[in-house]
Amino acid sequence: MSVPEAAVRRRLSARARATALGVVVLVAAVLIGLLVGPVRIGAANVFRWLFSFGNAPPGMSEQQALILADLRLPRVIVAGLVGASLAASGAAYQAVFRNPLADPYLLGAAAGAGLGATIAVAYGPSGALDLTVPAAAFVGALLGVGLAYGLGRSSLGGRATTSLVLAGVAVASFLTAVQTFLQQQRSETLRQVYTWILGRLGTTGWDDVRLALPSVALAIATLWAVRRLLDVIEVGDVEAQSLGLNVTRLRLVVVIAASLATAAAVAVAGLIGFVGLIVPHTVRLMVGGSYRSVLPLSVLFGASFLILVDTLARTVIAPAEIPIGVITAFIGAPFFVVVLRRNGGAGGLKKRVRSASGSPPDGREAA
Amino acid sequence: MGKPLGILVAVALAFALAACGSDDPATSSRPTGGGATASTRAAAFPITVTGTNGDVTIDARPERIVSLSPTATEDLFAIGAGDQVIAADDQSNYPAEAPTTDLSGFEPNVEAIAGYEPDLVVYATEPGDLGSSLEDLGITALQLDAAPTLDVAYDQIDQLGAATGHTDEAAALVEQMRSDIQALVDGADPAAGTSFYYELDDTFYSVTSKTFIGKLFTMLGLENIADAVGKGSGGYPQLSAEYIIDSDPDLIFLADTKCCDQSAETVAERPGWAGLAAVTGGGIVPLDDDVAQRWGPRVVDLLQQISDAAAAEASAA
Repeated sequence: MSVPEAAVRRRLSARARATALGVVVLVAAVLIGLLVGPVRIGAANVFRWLFSFGNAPPGMSEQQALILADLRLPRVIVAGLVGASLAASGAAYQAVFRNPLADPYLLGAAAGAGLGATIAVAYGPSGALDLTVPAAAFVGALLGVGLAYGLGRSSLGGRATTSLVLAGVAVASFLTAVQTFLQQQRSETLRQVYTWILGRLGTTGWDDVRLALPSVALAIATLWAVRRLLDVIEVGDVEAQSLGLNVTRLRLVVVIAASLATAAAVAVAGLIGFVGLIVPHTVRLMVGGSYRSVLPLSVLFGASFLILVDTLARTVIAPAEIPIGVITAFIGAPFFVVVLRRNGGAGGLKKRVRSASGSPPDGREAA
Repeated sequence: MGKPLGILVAVALAFALAACGSDDPATSSRPTGGGATASTRAAAFPITVTGTNGDVTIDARPERIVSLSPTATEDLFAIGAGDQVIAADDQSNYPAEAPTTDLSGFEPNVEAIAGYEPDLVVYATEPGDLGSSLEDLGITALQLDAAPTLDVAYDQIDQLGAATGHTDEAAALVEQMRSDIQALVDGADPAAGTSFYYELDDTFYSVTSKTFIGKLFTMLGLENIADAVGKGSGGYPQLSAEYIIDSDPDLIFLADTKCCDQSAETVAERPGWAGLAAVTGGGIVPLDDDVAQRWGPRVVDLLQQISDAAAAEASAA
């Protein structure tokens, strides 16, 4: 409000630069994802294929066109959707819970998805497996979050965020216990359940794009629309309320949207850790704490990050694959520590998470 | 953050337990020197046999055997020791007369096992310290871990024969298996360069030629597309779909027909797979998951099935 005009302009241009960078990185990531793989196709062939809109151009084998159209392209798209979902919902959870360690799996989404997948694998009808398992995981994730939200809201009243997080922990433990029990009953399906939960970008096809796209689009559009309000709610419930914001309703909307995105991500890709933590925090360190920047940039960089990591997953020990979650943690954790140390440790991080856009410190950091 | 990581670790362990073992010669049982297997007199108790857990002395002919290993169950019935088996684990589904119970070989409950008052417990994997727990209770325990080679599989049958008083039957079974397998190997004449992809589950985990199952294919002269994977994969790599499609194997063996409901139809429906030579040319061979995971007498049947498929492929080519 009282920020000098020059500072505003500087912040705007910093945001524009960061957004432009995000778009360039995403385009580059998509191209790299299409160009690189265990099978050599050749850059010229890939570009000619792209510009002939999926028809095999002369000089390219049908097999290669098939690999691009049915395997690499849907896989790149799904990796992008999942990365964007996890990063955006991580940022949103961190805002509404005012906790820098909040992640997309916080409220029992992962445990619920695991239980749903286990039930579908162990007791579901055989045959129609391809769709029942992700669908069950999706429903399970939403149920887990719904349970945590219901319990967290009805107990303790006032301390809304703390009781929600604690309810999430309790629900996750309970659902995991049920899942373990069911697996013991059907130990022959143990391996399948774990392979499934661990991540299945290796078997991604257009079905997964169709499964994930509607929920992801709806959820990210919702979070995008409320990104300014996230700045307000992060300051504090009382302060936000005094500004005329219906905090309870906003938190509910954000939790539902973020959980929807997480559920869709788990349903098509299994559990992939760290993306929801490192991407939003890295973005914050780039452009400051305002969600007007953090949320869109988390979407862009989250998508790029996971596309690149998935490219690594299928090339490092090709023709074998590395589970993608292993790489996100392996790269993510050390990278995160480096970023953290260069930016003044946990104190600096926390300040950035908490500093809302309207407050003056943010203007300086963005420069 | 902690949760997904925890699951990763758990899964890594699960795979390590489920997949490895058979690739590590150090854990295999070794043939006994001299005494035990050489003795032809069935009633030569006490006798010392050698398992993965070292030398085990059996004082008298066991009459109350609990088998926690599906392979050991098959071995025991095949050498005529079936009526000495009073309980088998929940995965021991063959032969039909096996006394399958709800005992688990993966999560063994020592108290439940002791409840059967066994005089010999045979088990394959050792989660925790099953063997020493049983010994504390005065129960003789013999571990026969996943065999890395056919020779170790034969030896396990010999050891079980000696342990149960069926030395001659065991020797005869091993002799029969050896000659059957030799006949299949001698008769194998695959077209040069016939390649195959062996599928462990529907996320494209496969086996290399370093594994027990992979060696069977090598014996028949088939080329494994998973062998392109470098060292360090532990013998059970997860292959990229695009690599499998690019390799265009002549034969696809499905060892995930039970676990994951895979069939020639589901393979053909996978994105990008419909045009593969194995799909269009009828080269998809559904296997029995159980047979493909065990190292007992039915290995001969498995090898026969592989050999038939290779012969059909050779005549079609």
